[in-house]
Amino acid sequence: MQTHYDAIVIGSGISGGWAAKELCDRGLKTLVLERGRDVQHIKDYPTMSLRRWDMDLRGENPRSTSEANPLISRAAGYDATTKHFFIKDEDHPYVQEKPFLWVRGYQVGGKSLIWGRACARWSPMDFEAPKRLGYGIPWPIGYDDVAPWYGHVEKFIGVCGSKEGIATMPDGEYLPAYELNAVEQHLQKTLKEKFGRHYISGRWAHITEAQEIHRKQGRATCQNRNLCMRGCPFGGYFSSNASTLPWAQKTGNLSVRPFSVVHSIIYDEATQQASGVKVIDANTHEELVFKAKVVFVNASALNSTLVLLNSTSKRFPNGLGNDHGVLGKYVGFHNYRAGMSAEIEGFEDSYYEVYKPAESIIPNFRNVDKQDADFLGGYVIFSGASRRLIDDNDAQGETIGAKYKQAISRPGKWTAYMYMQGETLPNASNHVRLSPDKKDPWGIPQLVISVGYDDNAERMVRDFLGEGRKMLEAAGFTNVNANDNHWPPGLDIHEMGGARMGTDPKTSMLNAHNQMHLCKNVFVTDGACMTSTGSQSPSILYMALTARAANYAAEQLKKHGRIV
Amino acid sequence: MDRRELLRAIAALTGCAFVGAERIFAAAPDSAVYTPAQVALLDEIAETILPRTDTPGAKDAQVGAYIARYSAACYNPTDLAVLRAGLGDVDVRSYKAHGTDFIRCTGKQKEMLLVDIDAEAKRHAREAADRHAQPPHWFTLCKQLTLMSFFTSEAGATRVARYRPVPGPYKGVVPYKGEPFWAW
Repeated sequence: MQTHYDAIVIGSGISGGWAAKELCDRGLKTLVLERGRDVQHIKDYPTMSLRRWDMDLRGENPRSTSEANPLISRAAGYDATTKHFFIKDEDHPYVQEKPFLWVRGYQVGGKSLIWGRACARWSPMDFEAPKRLGYGIPWPIGYDDVAPWYGHVEKFIGVCGSKEGIATMPDGEYLPAYELNAVEQHLQKTLKEKFGRHYISGRWAHITEAQEIHRKQGRATCQNRNLCMRGCPFGGYFSSNASTLPWAQKTGNLSVRPFSVVHSIIYDEATQQASGVKVIDANTHEELVFKAKVVFVNASALNSTLVLLNSTSKRFPNGLGNDHGVLGKYVGFHNYRAGMSAEIEGFEDSYYEVYKPAESIIPNFRNVDKQDADFLGGYVIFSGASRRLIDDNDAQGETIGAKYKQAISRPGKWTAYMYMQGETLPNASNHVRLSPDKKDPWGIPQLVISVGYDDNAERMVRDFLGEGRKMLEAAGFTNVNANDNHWPPGLDIHEMGGARMGTDPKTSMLNAHNQMHLCKNVFVTDGACMTSTGSQSPSILYMALTARAANYAAEQLKKHGRIV
Repeated sequence: MDRRELLRAIAALTGCAFVGAERIFAAAPDSAVYTPAQVALLDEIAETILPRTDTPGAKDAQVGAYIARYSAACYNPTDLAVLRAGLGDVDVRSYKAHGTDFIRCTGKQKEMLLVDIDAEAKRHAREAADRHAQPPHWFTLCKQLTLMSFFTSEAGATRVARYRPVPGPYKGVVPYKGEPFWAW
């Protein structure tokens, strides 16, 4: 067994896959460690082409599955067609000091198989806001540092979207956008005219028109089957499995080791760098050590933080690079607490064909240039309109029989929904730490999660509930049904922070290149690195930061033979 | 549409595309809880709601058997009991009105019975201040199950609704002239 590599990547999800691709492209022998099983593109998508009636419960889980998995079964998209890409509750215990539903997908590809695929860019303001408005430490980078890497990633993964010239949501390198339907266009017009706000087709990781770079990956144009989370036989949406990992494989530089639970990163006092990674084989529980010149930590925000906390040494008794106690703190997430739906008369001569796998987005309009709301941070709104299906209110007064069958099989009244995705503030009290006594089945301390909403989040929810209603009513919608779901954090699947970036080593873990201040050959480029959460979906930022850091690391190795 | 974001939204907003989906998290026994006679009755009720016309009806889609299987596997005990009690009640009412059990009524009689029961179920739903506080009317459950079973069956999805397994390019705006909806 080979134990020495140029680079080790911990995790094979959306950012780990990108680390592997970039490092392999730069000629580095790279080992990807994945704690779960292998999932090969297409071959290991058992449900990808099943029709509803091929399945015992038409794709739903029996109650017994939900009973056995009260936590993970609440994850969006979890059903009988996708549950093999989520963990089972009993296999992976952790401690909820406050309610936090931690959604995990342990397999090669991680949660990139089951992600939401929204891919808007952060704006310059998003990077600047925490410092300018005084709610966090400054980011060590700005939009200009990331912009070329956004483009690099967008072109490779395939992101659809329209060029809009909106300052709060910069344009990228996009494939053709999904067309808005009649009522979405009506919302777009109304918001522009009455509010000066934007309502645009979402920027989504779908290949709406395959380019040479996608064909080289073996991927084709999205066929709009809307069965994404089962895994796509066309590679129509981006996942590590369909894209970065097979690409890296083709370089001949990649090794992937599934069933490899990372215990810790090994610190070498002599070199003052990491020498490698200690792994527990998930099946045999055998302890293994792999060595490398550089380590990328991409285990997902909270697991990356866990690995660092568990990487103790004489020099770092409280976790790798953690002289100041910042590690594990300032954990953020996205506030998805509120949504609403409403009905609108008219537009009955219009329909769509068939369903699109993307949504519309209203970019953040709060606290953009100045503080203009009673809360800090911003939120974006996801939205869509569709014709209601199978609702007796649309059955023209029929309730039973042939005429009812005719009426109920037609599309009904138009409805629209909106829901928020809100920034949360970096609070030191929102933290994770290692349990002093509880261990997981591999002997690794369980993670204690202590993360909750603050008053700012409550005020933001109220603002959205008011603004959303105003916008819908201004567009002529009625019966607005608004709702604060009071979800615990975690279900957003956007956990961020724990090992944040910053300019000052006294208050942060990572520098402007996602490199640990105190252990230069360790890079953390997943959600753990986030200095603030912003309001945009974060995955593409992780990909961009990963590509940027990986190229920086490769450059260093080329120049110096080691990371300096 | 199975997107993570949309599912989030649906759960957040309506709380229920279908009662069954929402109530999936509670507990109940597993095993076949319906007799063949009850499955036949479910078929008969479903066929009355969605009869065969120039397109397939509920029986063509074997809706009765599917409702039995689905509710046994997915419903919580309360809803399951409500549904099963309703099946008993429909025969009681059928005897009262027409002197025979539901399955032996004429098509017209069946339809009239269910029209009345449907109106009653809708009143019940309106009057229930909090839908979660009291069990739904059995016919609300039965009708939702019928519709869900039918439109997720091959016959319902492909021959009554419209179904495209591999749609290809998406069009946001197409003229609508009364066609069936797209199966999902």
